[in-house]
Amino acid sequence: MRLARLAAIFILLFLMISKEEALLLYRKLLLARLSEEKIRELYPQNDIKTPVHLGIGGEAIPIGVCHCLPQGTKFFGTYRNHTLYLALSENTDVFFAELYGKVTGAGKGKAGSMHLTDPEHGLVATSAVVGTTIPVAVGAALANQYHETQNPSSFAKASADRKSKIQNPKWVVAFFGDGAMEEGAFWESLNFACLRRLRILFVCEDNGLAIHSPADDRRGFRSVLEATRGFDCHGASAEGADLSLVIQQTREMMEQMSKTPKPGFLHFTYFRFLEHVGPNEDFDAGYRKGLTTEERAKADPVAVFASHLPSLGCSHAELKAIESEVKSQIDRSVKKAQTDPFPSASELYTDVMI
Amino acid sequence: MNTTMTFREAVNLAIVKEMEADPSVFIFGLDVPDHKRIFGSTRHLVEKFGSRRCFGTPLSEDTLTGVALGAALSGLRPILVHIRADFMLLGMNQIANMVSCLRYMSGGKCKIPLVIRSVIGRGWGQSAQHSKSLHGIFAHLPGLKVVLPAKPQDAYSLLRSAIRDDNPVIFMEHRWLYDVTGLVDEELSVPLGKSRVIRPGNALTVVCTSWMNVEALKAAEILARRGVEIEVMDVRTVAPLDETLIVQSVQKTGHCIVADYDWVFCGFSAELAAMISHRCFGALEKPVERLGFAHVPCPTTRPLENLYYHSAVNIIRTAEKMLGLSETDLSKDEFFSYEKNFKGPF
Repeated sequence: MRLARLAAIFILLFLMISKEEALLLYRKLLLARLSEEKIRELYPQNDIKTPVHLGIGGEAIPIGVCHCLPQGTKFFGTYRNHTLYLALSENTDVFFAELYGKVTGAGKGKAGSMHLTDPEHGLVATSAVVGTTIPVAVGAALANQYHETQNPSSFAKASADRKSKIQNPKWVVAFFGDGAMEEGAFWESLNFACLRRLRILFVCEDNGLAIHSPADDRRGFRSVLEATRGFDCHGASAEGADLSLVIQQTREMMEQMSKTPKPGFLHFTYFRFLEHVGPNEDFDAGYRKGLTTEERAKADPVAVFASHLPSLGCSHAELKAIESEVKSQIDRSVKKAQTDPFPSASELYTDVMI
Repeated sequence: MNTTMTFREAVNLAIVKEMEADPSVFIFGLDVPDHKRIFGSTRHLVEKFGSRRCFGTPLSEDTLTGVALGAALSGLRPILVHIRADFMLLGMNQIANMVSCLRYMSGGKCKIPLVIRSVIGRGWGQSAQHSKSLHGIFAHLPGLKVVLPAKPQDAYSLLRSAIRDDNPVIFMEHRWLYDVTGLVDEELSVPLGKSRVIRPGNALTVVCTSWMNVEALKAAEILARRGVEIEVMDVRTVAPLDETLIVQSVQKTGHCIVADYDWVFCGFSAELAAMISHRCFGALEKPVERLGFAHVPCPTTRPLENLYYHSAVNIIRTAEKMLGLSETDLSKDEFFSYEKNFKGPF
């Protein structure tokens, strides 16, 4: 434990994460965690009428990955998207308004929890059908290549050209769960992205569960990373509970992708603390085991990151101040969402087509 | 300027014009730049615009549909091509769960200027997996436009409108139409969502999709010999549907046959028949009749295939029954036969 902590602190120093940056990251972790804890608290009131797939335990992955990508990056996610949405927008007003089905929400109440988008901050699409946004992300990466290249005689040459000429390369990130790797769309997408040498980062958020089915009941391959090895892309695998490790892996992957233009595949494991959908724990259902207190502390991204912070000079009082500021932001947003108006009847037929 | 050209040349010209006019237009799909060029419809494109804007793909219809969507969301105007509509079913998840509903789900924050071209219909013993139309299925999904041109002019003008449209458009081309010739005015713009009378008449209205227009024109020509003028109405755009012109026609004639290039049961013809029966109830002298495929998977052998598809003969016989006419002698008439201008392999 002590050794692991020392290693993490070393990584943070190595990544040259300043105290201010660390506090910003901590704030994002709390914003996601406390927003979802608030949903858990409010859900029994039955006013949030949308299925919620809470991401508690997996927050470090989207927050860490998004932290590394430059402005202008396009992100694509899944129905377990709250952290991704909040990491990019930090807008709890629009977030809670959408959960309450209000016209002020991210999709005017037409999206709900499973389809949050925020194109202004780079979140282009999320989807409730597993694997479905991966090809769309590949299309966005193809569009970047289209804009960056003139007339390539080959895609290898195109990516070599891009490497030398592109000033501010545009990135695309596709987040998906491990279950998506059982969908044809994942392999088709990986194949096409590798064929075209697209600048796209595939990020597998692996909690080992597809709803309630464990990996052993679903996978005909021994290792997620090994299964992708036949494709012409970069690949790496790491634990996803430690934000500093996520940042380190993502930065290394982006460096490799910049040196040798190919897609990147990042695999992060994490522990899903709650049931597939809904606000509760479900360890009593019998399909999986809970964690010991010690295991829990290691699997909880907020606790893990908080434990590193004192070594960067962050005081207990500073952390408490952030927590209380985030809590009041969430409380204000919930109150606003509860009183915001529902969409009017005329909204039913708008936004289908232009 | 009016030029005589084939339907295939009209499709090709529309793509060339739009690619010349707008650098964000590109075209892709399996075999788009190969030596056969999708029945010739993608000729010259790779030579003219290069492999950046015209390229072949892996066999990944599902993902390529998503790729087209992602490109459309990123400011490009993709044209995705399927050499058979049947293959579009592999992309159905993207079409039905993403392309058609993403704009709605985002509260109108995105636009999806995307064209999916596909080749439909009967060929040379195409059997059950190379012959579907499926326009009714796509039109059933809110958020999609569905276009089936039957004339070279419409192929040209409607495809240009489809490429310029900021919504997803499914554009379906019957393979027998590729050789049909007609005058094309390159300056003529035709908006999506307008039907058209392609032969006026007063005895009966035949509302047609795609190839059935060719059959209905033949039927009209034969019936005209005995002084029976039937009006042939080309729906052109299945979604959004232009009801006005169809209703006007049926109110004038009092008789209607819907000749759809698809199965009848739960098909687009049912939608049309219901709409016409509802809106023209007082004017109808007979119930609306519907013609379409036999309700079986498409057979391969020619005698069964001939029974499966409807033709001008069926339109003539149905019209005669509805109008209380004796059967016209058709023994000296020549009807369309693919064998006359084609000998395989497809």
